[in-house]
Amino acid sequence: MHIEVRNLNKHFGDFHAVKDVSFDIEKGHLIGLLGPSGGGKTSILRMLAGLEGLDSGEIRFHGKLVNALPPQERGIGFVFQNYALFKHMTVFDNIAFGLKVKKIPSAKVKSRVMELVELTGLKGFEKRYPHQLSGGQRQRVAFARALAPEPQLLLLDEPFAAIDAKIRQELRTWLKDLIERVGITSIFVTHDQDEAIEVADEIMIINQGRVEQKGTPWDIYKEPKTPFVATFIGESTLIDHVSDLKGFEEIKKDSGTRALIRPEYIEVGHEHEFILASATEAGIIRHLHFRGSEWLVEVEVAGHKLITYRSLEKETLSIGQEVRVLVHRAYLFNEERSWIMENRLKDVPVSMMI
Amino acid sequence: MKKYWITLTYIVFIVLIIIPLLKIGSGAFSEGFSGWKDSLIRPEAIHALLVTGLVVVVVTCINTLFGVMMAIYLVRSHWLSRKIKSFLNSLVDLPYAVSPVIGGLMIVLLLGPESIMGGFFENIGFRVVYAFPGMVIATLFVTFPLMVREVMPVLQEIGAQQEEAASTLGAYGWTTFWKVTWPSIQWAVLYGVVLTVARSLGEFGAVLVVSGNIMNKTQTATTLVYQDVENFNVIAANSVALVLAAISIGLLLMMEWTKRRKGVS
Amino acid sequence: MNTILRHKGWIWGFRSTVLLYFIMLIVLPLLGVYFNSFSLGWSMFVESVSDPIAWKSVLLTLKLAVIATLINVVIGTMIAWVLNRYSFFGRSILNSLVDLPFALPTAVGGLMILLLLGPGSFIGSIAESLGFEIVFHQPAIVIAMVFVTFPFVIRAVQPLLEEIDPSEEEAAYTMGASGSRVFRKVFLPSMAPGMISGGMLAFSRALAEFGAVVLVAGNIPGRTLIASVFIYGEVESDNAAGAAAVSIILLTLSFSILWCINLVQMRGRRS
Repeated sequence: MHIEVRNLNKHFGDFHAVKDVSFDIEKGHLIGLLGPSGGGKTSILRMLAGLEGLDSGEIRFHGKLVNALPPQERGIGFVFQNYALFKHMTVFDNIAFGLKVKKIPSAKVKSRVMELVELTGLKGFEKRYPHQLSGGQRQRVAFARALAPEPQLLLLDEPFAAIDAKIRQELRTWLKDLIERVGITSIFVTHDQDEAIEVADEIMIINQGRVEQKGTPWDIYKEPKTPFVATFIGESTLIDHVSDLKGFEEIKKDSGTRALIRPEYIEVGHEHEFILASATEAGIIRHLHFRGSEWLVEVEVAGHKLITYRSLEKETLSIGQEVRVLVHRAYLFNEERSWIMENRLKDVPVSMMI
Repeated sequence: MKKYWITLTYIVFIVLIIIPLLKIGSGAFSEGFSGWKDSLIRPEAIHALLVTGLVVVVVTCINTLFGVMMAIYLVRSHWLSRKIKSFLNSLVDLPYAVSPVIGGLMIVLLLGPESIMGGFFENIGFRVVYAFPGMVIATLFVTFPLMVREVMPVLQEIGAQQEEAASTLGAYGWTTFWKVTWPSIQWAVLYGVVLTVARSLGEFGAVLVVSGNIMNKTQTATTLVYQDVENFNVIAANSVALVLAAISIGLLLMMEWTKRRKGVS
Repeated sequence: MNTILRHKGWIWGFRSTVLLYFIMLIVLPLLGVYFNSFSLGWSMFVESVSDPIAWKSVLLTLKLAVIATLINVVIGTMIAWVLNRYSFFGRSILNSLVDLPFALPTAVGGLMILLLLGPGSFIGSIAESLGFEIVFHQPAIVIAMVFVTFPFVIRAVQPLLEEIDPSEEEAAYTMGASGSRVFRKVFLPSMAPGMISGGMLAFSRALAEFGAVVLVAGNIPGRTLIASVFIYGEVESDNAAGAAAVSIILLTLSFSILWCINLVQMRGRRS
């Protein structure tokens, strides 16, 4: 279902939890609400579900205003962080609950529940109680229960937070596949950027009650619109005086402009490894951490500590060694705006080199 | 050292609880079984036990209903602000702090024949104080916190999420309560019922003040025991007390049982 | 049924009924007592309270309740300790018996004490031959109070004992602390909040106790007449205003204790 949210506001006492939030979600999309804890993500989700009243603003499903509609009449499915399974009901009864409430004939209830049990891989567990299931299985039950009444919108609050790291990976892929197969508009809340990037079609970054940015994971990664988004997504080092770095001298020191540099914007190595040696500058290796698939290198350049990666295929560096460092680009921001700047010297015409 | 402490514990229990209990038993049967039976089939004894039974049933029904609802409102309601809820919550405990005699006095002052409200009821031919309704009100006052205090922590512990889940699945308040909330609180409610029964069965001070202790009319089992003691009719007092003690022990066993069930579910 | 109950009117009806019930049952009577004791003016109130029989009964109640509470804190802590830390024959039965004074009608409790310690009884006659009287004197009142408030301290301390992390105790032993030192440094501080809140509950209950006491107290003004019995006497002799005056002293005292208990519990929860 198509969802429109306009100027949503919510206060809890003196705390302004959600500030003027507006967004649109297209039918069939899977959206991740990503942000730090206490940022208002869950409040937004609960307002969409009707579990929380809103102070001002509009929520429209299919163009119809649903502000005053109770959760029972919104046609949504909600998966709670701790699943909130009915602990005194079996798996079957849990999934059947929403159908029985609607007074659907029991033969039909049974076939629908069995269909969902099949779909969620819970076959053989129908007679068990929630406390007899593993975390992953409970999650699947919660999911099946929410889907049973065929909702138009599926809302998931930190769906993987309570699951072991190992199974979490598997469940993520499973969930993404399943949602695609069912074709239901879904919104999930998470504070884990890997999860959001991996599962969501589109991400909304929420911080301090505001939507910082909305877009595909790739867009957000590539072009963060605010400093918060830039620091929150991916790794980065914050540099106060970016003019110290070669290729960025034109940024004035006292302009209040600061820079975020991602590890993958930086290349480090011996002089002969660079094609454009003139753009590099000297650095000293301070630390080396083996990361399993690559080296994490801490290198000091002009008094700044930068973090980057280095492939295991390349010649191994050692601590204290002098190396060349090339900063490809930096994400710059000041109080008015933010922009991405490529290294000046990289743009120098090839003729210079000849 | 350990043995010494255990022995001491046993001594305290035996002196403070077990011997007195046995004393009641031996006192009741000091003139044989027939003495016990004769004391119990006195018309005033039968009447007093019936009145007590009636008070227990009425009070338990009313306070179970209102206690559970009050607990739900205090824990879950959105329509009361948090400050009002915590204020009401602290008021719930007041009857604990009030001496039963004062509890009875309050009702006499408020609803007695000389008061405004009491006078009004008197005029329409409805006697409150020195009659059955007053005794019920006094007992309601004394037992009100029991149910609320049993149900509230359970509601807080299970949280609102299961109920919210039910509402997103299309269930309204009534269905949600019976299908989702009730199974979680049922043992706490039963425990509260047992406590309320025990307390209203044993209530003495408040009822004594409110009832006026009129034989064959407003006398309850406990006030009868009091009167028998005052009249030095020890065997009669013991006989009724033994019945009350036996019921209490039965209730105690039920408390233990429900407590265990409460822990399991 | 469902659609009818979903109607707004019903919901509001339920809500206001419950709140109204609560206010009528609890709040209104309490206000009534305060209102009544001042209804005849401040001077009447002072006169009622300054009656020596009245204020002596309040003082006596306070004194005896303090003694009963102290006894209960000591015995109760010991019993909670024994029931939780040691396993021995009959433990679970004793543990269930703890609640008996709650379940037993207080009048029956009073009768039990009367039978146990009364003039004709074994203990009573021994005490009498030693020239020491129990029943109808202050010791009997204290015993009645101890009996009635017996479960409070035990039930307040037990959960705290259960919560103590055994590694804390073990850590203390590995550091070379002796048994009594571990008790003082590890267990006593953990039990203290329960001893205090349980003790205060016991105290407020002892102040209020009527049923058990009225049967065993001699009700001699100034010596064995406690406040609740005095109030009852005033009600019986149709002096409701006098009864109300003493009542509000006792009530105010109990409410401040209740308030203290709430404070202690809140602090305990925060730490």
